[in-house]
Amino acid sequence: MGDGRDAQTWMQRNKMVVTPILFLLPGFLFFAVYVIIPIFQSFQISLYEWDGLGEATFVGARNYQELLTDRNFEISLWNNLKWLALYLLAIPAGLFIALFLNQTVVGIRLYKSLFFFPFVLSQVVVGLVFSWFYLPREGLLNNVITFFGFESVNILGDPTLATYGIIAAGLWPQTAYCMILYLTGLNAVDPEQVEAGRLDGAKGWKMLWHVILPQLKPATFIAFVVTIIGALRSFDLISIMTNGGPFGSTRVLSFYMFERALSEFGFRMGYGSAIAVVLFMIMLVFIGYFLWSMYQEEREARR
Amino acid sequence: MRSIFKTGAAALAAATMLSGAALAEGHTNLEGTLRITADMSNPGPRAVIEGLAAEFGEMHPNLEVELTVVDREAWKTQIRNALSADPPDVINWYAANRMGPYVDAGLFMDISEWWDAGDYEGLESVRGAMTMNDAQWGVPYTYYQWGVYYREDIFNELGLSEPTTWEEELANCQVIVDSGRACYTIGTRFLWTAGGWFDYLNMRTNGFDFHMQLALGEVPWTDDRVRATFDNWRTLIDMGAFIEDHQTYSWQEALPFMVNGQATAYLMGNFAVDQLRNAGLTDDQLDFYQFPIITEGLPQGEDAPTDTFHVPSGAQNVEAARAFLQFVTSPDVQGRINGPDGLGQLPVNANAEVADDEFIQQGFEMLSQNATGGIAQFFDRDFPAEMASVGMEGLQEFMVFPDNLDDILERLEAARQRIY
Repeated sequence: MGDGRDAQTWMQRNKMVVTPILFLLPGFLFFAVYVIIPIFQSFQISLYEWDGLGEATFVGARNYQELLTDRNFEISLWNNLKWLALYLLAIPAGLFIALFLNQTVVGIRLYKSLFFFPFVLSQVVVGLVFSWFYLPREGLLNNVITFFGFESVNILGDPTLATYGIIAAGLWPQTAYCMILYLTGLNAVDPEQVEAGRLDGAKGWKMLWHVILPQLKPATFIAFVVTIIGALRSFDLISIMTNGGPFGSTRVLSFYMFERALSEFGFRMGYGSAIAVVLFMIMLVFIGYFLWSMYQEEREARR
Repeated sequence: MRSIFKTGAAALAAATMLSGAALAEGHTNLEGTLRITADMSNPGPRAVIEGLAAEFGEMHPNLEVELTVVDREAWKTQIRNALSADPPDVINWYAANRMGPYVDAGLFMDISEWWDAGDYEGLESVRGAMTMNDAQWGVPYTYYQWGVYYREDIFNELGLSEPTTWEEELANCQVIVDSGRACYTIGTRFLWTAGGWFDYLNMRTNGFDFHMQLALGEVPWTDDRVRATFDNWRTLIDMGAFIEDHQTYSWQEALPFMVNGQATAYLMGNFAVDQLRNAGLTDDQLDFYQFPIITEGLPQGEDAPTDTFHVPSGAQNVEAARAFLQFVTSPDVQGRINGPDGLGQLPVNANAEVADDEFIQQGFEMLSQNATGGIAQFFDRDFPAEMASVGMEGLQEFMVFPDNLDDILERLEAARQRIY
């Protein structure tokens, strides 16, 4: 009997390797052209002074030096940190609502959809709704506050409050997102373990902490990833609600980058790129952590 | 066979062209395509540019006029791509410093020759606004006055009259504030409205020439004369002349305060009149006065922003573009498009007819007779783009927290030293 393998073509022999590569190739090409290469281009442009039209002049690290003394950059950086820290509140809030909604009551699907609803809305709509909500005097918030005899506040017009006001608006859809992640996670909770826990006398917080939460770990991880990325990407709400103001106090890095490089009065591609590079570096810390922990889990699973 | 057909068609085309040219009174034999990209996207202006394109197309039967209307705000960022990638033959933009980046990058065509050739008779007075590096880079097609629009009925009720001096202004304002109203409505959310106040206060306190020196970066922001301007502004702020929470409103959102009578006046461009009328105010309730004199003896300067047409340096059909610019600026067309059915603004051609509208007439009179100091474009067009954005942010902050003035001025001064 001759070896059947000889009759096979090279393609047939290697199809387990070649086929996935062929499938991946278009995606990889697009990813390279629209994501990877532009990242390195930003690195390069950040070393130039360029108005986007004429000749670019090489200035070395001068854009970065200027960032060090740029007060607006400092404000943006701090605001980014505020976003990062406060946006994470969406995770416990989402968990709480998910636990609350994880019951078998008539019409629970309707309640779940109502809670999920804000996530379906466009960020622009969320921003507009909250701007009206916050309006000085006419807004709903101020109607309530003044009803209880307090002074009317202008949240979006107050440089110390405006950022928090926008984050609160952003938390609304983000909480809904985390809630849906946890609801799915709760479906996968093993009833036998819950039963066993109950037999051991666990209930309430103990049950939640020692039995339910460990099983929700994958959901928590995903919620963490999307919330961190959402916080760093915040842009549309700021643009809609305050346009970076009052006097630039609600800028974050992505908005500041847009302002400097691409907006009506911005003609500094190099400076904008330098801001983008800093933002990318911050993101890289988180992306690195996510990839590392996913890799760890993959290894655990293989064992 | 084919070639015979072609020659036949060409001959026919040539014949019609000749007759067409004859019909259009020697309006040359333009052919090909004329591509216009306009930012006149609001309903009124849109109808104007569409009408112009159609009319110009009819005048030149062999010319195909291709019009693209881009959203006015979006165009401010799109223009860069449009000019460098696939430039059309005619585009919209603004005069003064705002055309600087495109002039410097060589993206606008130098059309000084056309000006010298007498294409634009009647436009001599606006030639300066189109001049940069000793050459002309486009033509204006409309401009409008700024000034104080006020509630005539409330003024009558309180027994006030149009102020001409700063003392009268302050006295008026005190009466208005005492009656429980704000003197001025303003919405500074998009910053530029505060620029208008600075323009006027500075031009009235220190004069037009000083204002222009500041715009050119020749005077430090920490100069005492600049402080004097802010002192005058502060007088108004401290007496409660402006509505509260203005940093939250856009200029349109600030209109209801005036319409409802919570504020009595608005320092604005003439485009506000249309909105105020639409909101229900009649011409009996509305009136206009020139910003009062602060420093005696200084000739008054005025803001009158000019909107323009330019020919990109990469234009394909330059001949047609030239004819179009000439057409747009001719007295007849100027009178029509700036009339009450068109833009409702001022024609740039001195020979054109000024529309019979209370506010347009008053504005025309003011600019032609009572703006002896000079005509400025506007804060965000006279100052370089970056200085304007940093500056307007500081102006907004000053209006909310006047105590931060020292800090703001130092910031602006640092920006000035870097930018110029």
